[in-house]
Amino acid sequence: MTSAALHVPAQPANDTVATENELATRIVIVGHVDHGKSTLIGRLLHDTGNLPDGRMDAALASSERRGLKIEWSFLLDSLQAERDQGVTIDSTRLPFVLDGRPFVIVDAPGHRQFLRNMVTGAAGAAAAVLVVDVAEGAQEQTRRHAVLLRLIGVRHVVVLLNKADLLDFDAGRVASATRAITALLEQLELSPAAVIPASARHGDNVTTRSGRTGWYRGPTLTEALSVVPPLGSRAERPLRLPVQDVYRFDSKRIVVGRIESGRVAVGDTLVIGTQGAVAKVATLEGWPSGGTEAEAGQSIALTLAPDVVVERGDLLHAGAHPPSRAARLRARLFWLRQEPLRAGESFRLRLATAEYAVTVAAITSVVSMDDLTDQPADHVPPEGFADVVLAASESIPFDPFEPGSLGGRGVLVDLHGRIVGGAPLIGPAPLATSGRSVFPVDSAVSAWERAQAKRHRSGVFWMTGLPGSGKSTVARTAEALLFRRGIDVSVLDGDTLRARLSSDLGFSPDDRRENIRRAAVVARLLADSGQVVLVALISPRADDRAMARQVVAEGFHEVYVEADRAVCEARDPKGLYAAARAGRLSGFTGVDAPYEPPHAPDLVISTAAATVGSSAERLAAFVADFAALPGLVPRANGAD
Amino acid sequence: MMTDLDQLEAQSIFVLREAYHRLRPLGLLWSLGKDSNVLLWLARKAFLGRVPVAVYHVDTGRKFPEMYAFRDRYAAEWGLDLRIGTCPPVEEIDPTLPPAARSAARKTAGLASVIERDRLAGVVAGIRRDEQAMRAKERVFSPRGASHRWDVRNQPPEFWDQFATPVEAGAHVRVHPLLAWRELDVWRYIEREGIPVVDLYFARNGQRYRSLGDQDITAPVPSQAKTIPEILAELRGTREAERAGRAMDNETEDAFERLRVAGYL
Repeated sequence: MTSAALHVPAQPANDTVATENELATRIVIVGHVDHGKSTLIGRLLHDTGNLPDGRMDAALASSERRGLKIEWSFLLDSLQAERDQGVTIDSTRLPFVLDGRPFVIVDAPGHRQFLRNMVTGAAGAAAAVLVVDVAEGAQEQTRRHAVLLRLIGVRHVVVLLNKADLLDFDAGRVASATRAITALLEQLELSPAAVIPASARHGDNVTTRSGRTGWYRGPTLTEALSVVPPLGSRAERPLRLPVQDVYRFDSKRIVVGRIESGRVAVGDTLVIGTQGAVAKVATLEGWPSGGTEAEAGQSIALTLAPDVVVERGDLLHAGAHPPSRAARLRARLFWLRQEPLRAGESFRLRLATAEYAVTVAAITSVVSMDDLTDQPADHVPPEGFADVVLAASESIPFDPFEPGSLGGRGVLVDLHGRIVGGAPLIGPAPLATSGRSVFPVDSAVSAWERAQAKRHRSGVFWMTGLPGSGKSTVARTAEALLFRRGIDVSVLDGDTLRARLSSDLGFSPDDRRENIRRAAVVARLLADSGQVVLVALISPRADDRAMARQVVAEGFHEVYVEADRAVCEARDPKGLYAAARAGRLSGFTGVDAPYEPPHAPDLVISTAAATVGSSAERLAAFVADFAALPGLVPRANGAD
Repeated sequence: MMTDLDQLEAQSIFVLREAYHRLRPLGLLWSLGKDSNVLLWLARKAFLGRVPVAVYHVDTGRKFPEMYAFRDRYAAEWGLDLRIGTCPPVEEIDPTLPPAARSAARKTAGLASVIERDRLAGVVAGIRRDEQAMRAKERVFSPRGASHRWDVRNQPPEFWDQFATPVEAGAHVRVHPLLAWRELDVWRYIEREGIPVVDLYFARNGQRYRSLGDQDITAPVPSQAKTIPEILAELRGTREAERAGRAMDNETEDAFERLRVAGYL
C-alpha cells in the first residue's frame, strides 16, 4: 500500500526548520470521541512534512496488522491499548513547524473519563482546534471541552467541521452546522476565529484548499494556525513574585521563586504579602553569576535588606498595585474527581506556591451539560462545572483569574495530595450563604466622621478563654472604666447572646460557629456605628476566631484571657465544670471539648494571680490607647 | 525578552526547586549522557552552584570506558554526592521480553533497589517527550506506587504548574524537568552554557553516538559531526529519530511500552 493510492497530496512548500529562540506556540486539539482528532493531527503532520522518517511506515505496519487500510491516528496513539481500542487515552505532545514557526500540537482525549488528561494538555495552550463531526454536530464532550476551554482561559478557538466529505461538502448543511456551533460557543462568550469545512481523512482544507468547497471563503487549517497570536509577555503587568522556597546558603537567606508578572531589579522595594513588611532587593543571586534585573517568567534568587523572614507562599509585590484579599472566594470550578462534590467538603487550595485550608461553603450553580445553562444543584457531578464559594480561615491575597495572566489559578488538592479540581478564582464572595443575593449599601456617614463626633475610634476586642477564666467579669468592669472616660462601649457576652439572639442554637461545633458568627456580625454593626465593643466568648476554636476576624475586618483585636484549667475549675462560678465532671454536661470546653489558645493574641490578660480590678484596668488601658484620636480627648461621663 | 532556551531553563529550575521542596529525600539520576549532564547543570543553577541532593548512577557495568572516566572526573570537580547502584544479572529479568529490552530492564531493577534502599520520595530523571512516543505521554511529576509501575492509563491531572504529590507508603514520584526540551534544545543549551559531554557524541571514523546507553544495545550513527556546531547543523537537517540506535525501542510494537510501565525511564 502506498500513500499515493490514498490521495495524499504532494507535500506543500513548508519550512520545517524552526526559527530558533522562539518558544513553541501550543495548540490543543479537542472534541468529542470519534470526531477525528487523532486522524486530523496525523494528516496535519504528514501533509506539512513534520513526521520523522520511519513514522509513516510504522503506522502503516500497525494498521495492516489490524486489518486496516491506514489509520492516521496510529501516528500518534502510541499505547497498545489506544491502537487496539481506537481511542486516545492520554494526551500526546508533538512538535510541529509551520513556515519556520514552532508549534506543539496536543492531542486531547475525547472520552469523558479522560477530562483530566484533556486539562493537562490544554492548560497553557495559546489556541484550540475544536473538531466537530459536521453531520453529528456538537455532542456532550464537544460542550464539555468548550466549557473547559473557557474556564482555563483559552480564548482563540478554531472550529474544524470534519467529515464534510460524507455530506458531499453540501454548502447548506455546512452552513447550518456552522450556525449551531457558533451559537454554542457564543453562549460561552467565545467567538470562533474560523469555522472550516474539512475532511481530515482526505486532507480537504487541512493544508491545501479543497477543490470540493468552492463556496468556502475562509482559511485552511494551516492558514488559521499561522495567525494564532503567541502568548504575550507579562513583564509589563504589576509585579507578582510568589515565594517558592527560602534557602540558607553561606549564612545568607536566599529567597527563590519565579516571577509571574512584572520585573524586579536590585534596589526595588518589595512588600511581603501576608505580613505587609517592606524590604529592598539587596542582590539578585545566580550561578555562575548573579544579575541586576529580571522579568516575568524567570526563576530567580534574591536577598532582602532588611533580612526579613519570608516563607514559601508569601506573595511579593511592589506595593502600588496590591493583590485583592478575601477569605471567601468565588471560584468557577472544574471538578476532576470520580465522586461528586458536596458543600462542606474541605481541601487545600493551592494558589501559585501558597496553600490554604478551604471549605466548599456553597455550590451556587452547576452548568447543565444539555444546554450549558447554570442550574441550582446540591452537588457537582464527576467532571462537572460549577460556581462555588470557597471559605478559608484566613484572608487570601489573590488576583482574579483572567486569560493571559497567571493570577487566580486555584487548584484543589485532597488530603492525599491528589489534584481533584481546578478553581479559577473570580473574586470575593459575599458573606451571606443563602441563595438570595444581598447588596449591602454603604453608610453615607464615614467612619472618620463618626470617630470625630465620638472623639474616639471604634473597634472590637474579642476576649477568648476557658470557662471561668474571667472574661465576662473583666469585660463588665472594663466597660464601666471606659464609659467613665467618655468611651462609647458595650459588652456582648456569651450568656446574654445565647439567651436571646442565639436562643435557637445548641453547643454542637456548627452551632458554636454560628453563634460566633452572629456575635461577630453584631459586633461589627456596633463598631460601624462608632462604638467600642468588648466580646466575651469562649470561642474555643482558632478557625472560628479567624472567621470572626474576617467578619469584623477593621479594628479587630484578639484578647486572650488566660488562666489554666485547674484555676478555672476551682473558681467554677456557674457550677458547670462540676456538672461536666458529673457527666450531666457534654462537649464542655476544658473538660471534654478542646480549647485552642490563640497563637499571637494582641493582648494577654493572665487572671490566675491578678485581681479583677487590675485585669480590667489593663484591658481598659489597652482599649483606650487604641481608641484615642490625636488631639481629641473624649468627654468624660459621670464622676471619676 | 526571554528566548526559548531561557524559558525552558526557567521552567526546569522551577520544577527542580518544587521537587526539592516537596519530595525528601530526593535523588537525581545521572546516566552520564548529555541530558542528565544538562540536568545537573540546571540543578547547580537552581541551587546556586550546589547539587544539594544525592546523585545516583545506576550502573549496568556495560557502559563505555569513556563514560566511567567522565563520571569520576566531574563527580569530583562538581563536588557531587555520587552514589552507585548496581544491576542484577540478565538471567533474573523477565524472559518474555525481547533480548535488548530484557538487557535494558536490568537498569529498572537496579533503580528499584536504589529507591528502596535509600527510601527515596522523589527521583529526578532527564527524559524528554520528543525522544519516544511513550515518553510523550509522561507527566512532569509522575507518581509511582509501591510496585514502581507507571499507570499510564490513569495519570493524574497536571496543569497550572501544580503537581500531584501523593502520600502513600512505599510510593515515590519521578520528576522530569526536561520533559518539554527537544534534542536540538539540549545541544543548543550545551553549546550556550559550555556544558561538558562525553567525547563519544562526536564523530570518529565517520560515526558518532547520538544517544548513549549500554555498549551491547547502543549503535552509533553515520556522521561527520566533530563539534557541537556540526552536531547542531546535522540535527537541523535530519528527520531520523534520536533513539534509532537504541535496540530495545524498536524490537516489537509494544516493547518500549512494556519497559516503561514496569518502571524503566
